[in-house]
Amino acid sequence: MQEYSFGHRHLLGIEGLTPDDINHVLDLADGYVELNRQAEKKNALLRGRTLINCFFENSTRTRTSFEVAGKRLGADVINMAVQASSMRKGETLIDTAMTLNAMHPDVLVVRHPESGAVQLLSEKVDCAVINAGDGSHEHPTQALLDALTIRRRKNRLGGLTVAICGDVLHSRVARSNIALLTVMGARVRVVAPRTLLPAAVERLGVEVFHDMTAGLKDVDIVMMLRLQTERMHGSFVPSTREYFHFFGLDYDKLKLAKPDALIMHPGPMNRGVEIGSEVADDIDRSLIRHQVEMGVAVRMACLEILARDISNRPPLQ
Amino acid sequence: MTAVRRLFRNARLLDPESGLDALGDLLVDGDRIAAIGPGLAQSGFGDDIEIVEAGGLCLAPGLVDMRVQLREPGAEHMESIQSAGHAAAAGGVTTMVALPNTEPPVDDVSVVEFLARRAREARLAKLHTYAAATKGLKGRELTEMGLLAANGALGFTDGVKAVADALVMRRVLAYARSFDQLVIQHPEEPSLGGAGEVTEGEIATRLGLAAITPMAEVIMIERDLRLVEITGARYHVAHVSTEAGIEAIRHGKAMGLPVTCDTAPPYFALNETAIGDYRTFAKLSPPLRSEADRRAVIAGLADGTIDAIASDHAPWDQDSKRLPFSSAACGIVGLETLLPLSLELFHNHHLELIEVVRRLTINPARILGLDVGRLTPGSPADLVLFAPDMPWQIDTDRFRSKSKNAPFDGRPVQGRAEQTVVDGRTIFAREPSEDR
Repeated sequence: MQEYSFGHRHLLGIEGLTPDDINHVLDLADGYVELNRQAEKKNALLRGRTLINCFFENSTRTRTSFEVAGKRLGADVINMAVQASSMRKGETLIDTAMTLNAMHPDVLVVRHPESGAVQLLSEKVDCAVINAGDGSHEHPTQALLDALTIRRRKNRLGGLTVAICGDVLHSRVARSNIALLTVMGARVRVVAPRTLLPAAVERLGVEVFHDMTAGLKDVDIVMMLRLQTERMHGSFVPSTREYFHFFGLDYDKLKLAKPDALIMHPGPMNRGVEIGSEVADDIDRSLIRHQVEMGVAVRMACLEILARDISNRPPLQ
Repeated sequence: MTAVRRLFRNARLLDPESGLDALGDLLVDGDRIAAIGPGLAQSGFGDDIEIVEAGGLCLAPGLVDMRVQLREPGAEHMESIQSAGHAAAAGGVTTMVALPNTEPPVDDVSVVEFLARRAREARLAKLHTYAAATKGLKGRELTEMGLLAANGALGFTDGVKAVADALVMRRVLAYARSFDQLVIQHPEEPSLGGAGEVTEGEIATRLGLAAITPMAEVIMIERDLRLVEITGARYHVAHVSTEAGIEAIRHGKAMGLPVTCDTAPPYFALNETAIGDYRTFAKLSPPLRSEADRRAVIAGLADGTIDAIASDHAPWDQDSKRLPFSSAACGIVGLETLLPLSLELFHNHHLELIEVVRRLTINPARILGLDVGRLTPGSPADLVLFAPDMPWQIDTDRFRSKSKNAPFDGRPVQGRAEQTVVDGRTIFAREPSEDR
């Protein structure tokens, strides 16, 4: 039997990954969950390697998660907040890519407010690139950590029914999760007012609902999305009060799901907008803090997989 | 000394105005077409005549490209009147009409005069210009249409932007009517566009790009047609690209409204799948559409609803296109691919050859009120000699245009200009070394 190999130089999105690729990441990540729970968390796999976190958009959670993941694997981690420096001076994305490339990093972790920007940057550098979120396109490590979280609680992904609720239109998390869950054989629903759903969303292989009552019925997982006011041009919902009334998650709506249904949210949460605090903080039902923990493990797994490829490449001159 | 008379012998003469499509000869005397017909060559001419043996190639009126963006004045590093003139010549285009979206914009008589002078100096394809419909292309105050028209502006448009406000558009149309001027609209209701950069649908959704509904086109066209009903102005819709938009124009024509329209090759040669993984060379405004819309454009060309094909030439340098998709500029260069891409309509059996030529010559010339686009004796000797079947591959590196932004690089096509003549002067003759 041929040995499995992750046939991608970069991790730009879930689209294009096979179930084997995804299982491989999740299996590796399972090991890192255990490592991370020990007192001694370090590993030397990426010793001497340089990881640059290059964030063209504000982020604390994701950037920190990648930073912790890189450091636990022994890499030298540098954080770059690009907004503050070159983009203000009119440097183009490609200039920035060339500049970073000249510093010989081994992995670039990139977040950018424009869809497709991370792919563009990846075409101009010699190192591995991980997409940490590009516009409304993809956020692959978020989908992988969500999958790990679900798999550890439900022991599977295939056959589950997952409702993704809220601002699907602007959400890269939704796109990556839809791609991952459908390829793994889960049934995916999207639940949102029509103003927050992109055109032809059913073509992504999901069932579409416009009210929570029908949408949450008998689901295994309720995945809430953040209402992304920062990506909105104009008014998509009349008020947060009305939004919470019809689309915010509370116990009344959660009752419709399976009794053992679990709640997820990619964070940061708008409490009282898309999710009520009592549900968000329910330690029996809410996986939100687990998601953060899984995030570090999944990112370590992704770094390990891409780093294998680095060690096979000739050293940079 | 160059001969003042020139005889094109043994050409397939294509003159859509008269319907002529036959082998024959054409005599140019000075800057005019002197005679046309079979057997002219037997008439016996003196020594002061140059004979061009056409060898059965097509000889048609030079192409009239009614929608070209120049970057002069303002961004000559992307395209100048000179470089656009060479690109036009190589593309068989003998008349081009520039949009007013330069820097400064063409909203003042002095800019019209500047363009005319620069074109005279270049002595390449003839250049006309539209003037802005509103001052600074801002969509608020009318320009001095009467003075601009008197100084040569051919029509009025805000270029790549729609005149959005209905009341302003009503006044633009009404005022233009007073001087019998053409008004050209970019058909897209901007308030529906938001940040839209691709057509709404599955591809936009998968790529996570801000999308605009294709209905933004018909909404603007239908509004304008009502304003045309009120004002009676001559109204031209640029680059139509949707089934609904074309249907609205078909209906407007049936009602007898003075409406015409054009489209551009990408709208019948490509659909939205050309965007692929964020290819900014396929970013246009209006955006590339669905396959159903692409077919509707072809149907509109075939039944005559769409009067003309324009290149929609939009030169951009690398810095404007090598950007994330939403930041990249809209548009592609088109002067050098207008003829071969339009000929695909013929090769794919959608239109007769003479009908393709009609949409590239006499139709736009008539809309613009120009005396070109025909092979009638006495008309300006603006001609293109082309090989309709000649197979070749588009190579953007060989474009004469300063900008190379086109999604057609490597596309196998058939047909190209071999010689281009303006007012009896050869402005382009293809070198035999270019044959591959």
